[in-house]
Amino acid sequence: MTFEVDKIRAQFPILKQNMGKYKLVYLDNGATTQKPQIVIDAITDYYTAQNSNIHRGVHTLSQNATTAYETARETIQKHINASKSYECIFTKGTTDGINLVAHSIGKTIQKGDEIIISALEHHSNIVPWQFLVEEKGAVLKVIPMNQAGELDMKVYGDLLTNKTKIVSVTQVSNALGTINPIKEMIAKAHEVGALFLVDAAQSLQHFSIDVQDLDCDFMVFSGHKIFAPTGVGILYGKENVLNELPPYQGGGDMIKTVTFEKTTYNELPHKFEAGTPNIVGGIGLGVAIKWLSQLNLKDVQHYENDLLNYATSEILKIEGVKLYGTAKYKSGVLSFLIDGLHPYDVGVLLNQQGIAVRTGHHCTQPIMDYYKIPGTIRASFSLYNTKADVDAFIKALNRAVNMLK
Amino acid sequence: MNLTEKENEIIEDFAIYDDWMEKYEYIIELGKDLPKIKDEYKVKNNIIVGCQSQVWLYAEKVDGLIIYTAEADAIIAKGIISLLIQVLSNETPETILDSKLDFIKEIGLQEHLSPTRSNGLVAMVNKMKIYALALKNK
Repeated sequence: MTFEVDKIRAQFPILKQNMGKYKLVYLDNGATTQKPQIVIDAITDYYTAQNSNIHRGVHTLSQNATTAYETARETIQKHINASKSYECIFTKGTTDGINLVAHSIGKTIQKGDEIIISALEHHSNIVPWQFLVEEKGAVLKVIPMNQAGELDMKVYGDLLTNKTKIVSVTQVSNALGTINPIKEMIAKAHEVGALFLVDAAQSLQHFSIDVQDLDCDFMVFSGHKIFAPTGVGILYGKENVLNELPPYQGGGDMIKTVTFEKTTYNELPHKFEAGTPNIVGGIGLGVAIKWLSQLNLKDVQHYENDLLNYATSEILKIEGVKLYGTAKYKSGVLSFLIDGLHPYDVGVLLNQQGIAVRTGHHCTQPIMDYYKIPGTIRASFSLYNTKADVDAFIKALNRAVNMLK
Repeated sequence: MNLTEKENEIIEDFAIYDDWMEKYEYIIELGKDLPKIKDEYKVKNNIIVGCQSQVWLYAEKVDGLIIYTAEADAIIAKGIISLLIQVLSNETPETILDSKLDFIKEIGLQEHLSPTRSNGLVAMVNKMKIYALALKNK
């Protein structure tokens, strides 16, 4: 069966909206995705009939909430093919997950230890590691990229040494759409005994990920970029790696016993889940992932690739368009500028015509510095976008260009 | 024309258009017509922090009145600063500091007033008032 976009689209109530006299065309999926009705209902149902604190109460509501939350964890485990559900730690999102790993690993980092990231990273995969440079004297190395936005694998090989403690790289670039050869990179990192963190914030909404097949040590993603609520995400970590890491935050749920002299820590996953979590967020994430996993993700990927190719060929018909991010393997993102026009002007005029895109540096200032530009206009696609969306976007873009030139 | 009269004139200008795309067309025209700032004032210190585009603003006091000049790399930002200059330039520091700038809301530009990171209107108004304050006793 092929992918039927109309049936998918109908499940997202927000997409039926008008912006003034224009139909909403939502092309800012790299920033956040919309939520299907089933996720919205799960949130309402939780607060209507289930709300209670988890892992604590003996009463029925608490037990039901705990079951729902832990079922969500199992759904996520299956979707990413983790071997144990407790290898999936609930976080606030990708940024939180990276900070957790950087902070906990940081306690074991010695002066001169090396951390590798790439030129394509979001600020959230740069700044937490810079803390370790400042506080611990770690050395931060950056895998360079070429004009197309592809990482230089030869240099990557040279950067890896026996001092490399961790490599932290995004699977898909949020600003350029590049898909990195993450599996090959993980294998190389393991050859020198380094850990590898995959930032899947921009990839998991587009294709399936098997953490055991990748053999990554950590993988992080955000719920809100994969059809779930904001404020929740997952840090996947291999059991033995997580067990060796010291805890991040202290508080309830993460302890086994507490005295004023000494506290012992709880088992995974609770060791890393201090305090009452975002329960409804976790449950919503489980529902969103279950919804997604019921689709044929190969078909989805096919559909999205066709859509991106169509959008790319249509936009190149506009005079003066320059694309940023022309990697051979790309996903979901069309980043561009138009000769002589400021991205802000174009973004404002697209917005006036109901088209939601993002303009600016996309939290990747080093990429913009590389191209010597202040920012781009970014249209980012998801599985509910259609060719009609692309056509409306191109039409609005043409009008904006005519007004500004 | 006093400040309120200048504001009313802009409100009337905008009332002709009922479609926001047309209003933006007008703002773009204003932006294109904005006189260039002198090169010596187009420096880092005069950049307004908080705009998604780069906006340079300079002010001087001539015979007790504040004269603003500005430039921006985005045309819409230029058009918006041009509207603000139309109203606030050639006024005393006191008038500028007391101004409520109700015309912004009247013409529907208030959607640009939310203090988000992508938005510079608030930053523009603040910078203009800071200049007025700084030049008040000079």
